[in-house]
Amino acid sequence: MDSLTIFLILLALGFVFGKLAEGRHYRSILAREEMLLRLPATSCKKPMGKTLPVGHAELVHGHVVISVDYFKQLLASLRNFFGGTIQSYETLLDRARREAVLRLKESCPTANEILNLRIETSSISKGNSGDRVGSVEVLAYGTAIYYREVSSQHSGL
Amino acid sequence: MFVSNIEEIPGKTITTCYGIVSGSTVRAKHLGRDIFASVKNIFGGELKGYTELLGESRDEALDRMKSQAQQLGANAIVNVRFSTSSVAAGAAEIYVYGTAVTVE
Repeated sequence: MDSLTIFLILLALGFVFGKLAEGRHYRSILAREEMLLRLPATSCKKPMGKTLPVGHAELVHGHVVISVDYFKQLLASLRNFFGGTIQSYETLLDRARREAVLRLKESCPTANEILNLRIETSSISKGNSGDRVGSVEVLAYGTAIYYREVSSQHSGL
Repeated sequence: MFVSNIEEIPGKTITTCYGIVSGSTVRAKHLGRDIFASVKNIFGGELKGYTELLGESRDEALDRMKSQAQQLGANAIVNVRFSTSSVAAGAAEIYVYGTAVTVE
């Protein structure tokens, strides 16, 4: 009986706080994505369109570790039984990827473009909680380029 | 030291190639972080301790790769790739590799 109560409390905590955290995170992602719209990131190796001389280039990266809440973990394990899409993990990975790209862009706010953006995902808590995903790490990395006239203004970079 | 993950440094020309350089670190998180993370696993959200830990180890791996390139006499590294693997429960390996070159 005791363990059932604890289980239910954990489930309720996960449901309430997980939902709140997810909503807050999505709002902040949307706001920051809008702010950084002028800094495009492509998976191409050459700058698109314009062919201005490049003054400076550097490697930039951003990463985040996000975990799923207890309620969603249970939902996912139920889904595992019946098969089908696990929506709770889809939103987790979506949040993690967008957050990683945002952090990458925030680390070089004066860049003109980001080339060859690569996104890598790894689950880091295997073994801790059985075979469940639990938490994921997403790393985004790319090459930030500064066009010559801009980089002369920011020569400290 | 110029570093990029494309085959060239934009705006520069490659003159000499020295071959592959790499750096790696294996790190484990400490118990306090572990306990905090398992609590966080109930509520969901970002695990800041792990984010910091992986950031530190990635910077260290990058530094090791750069010092290896410096020893060879290179001044740039192109086509850099990152990879992460968990070698044991609670420990992660960060591996960074690229090609050391001289640019002008």
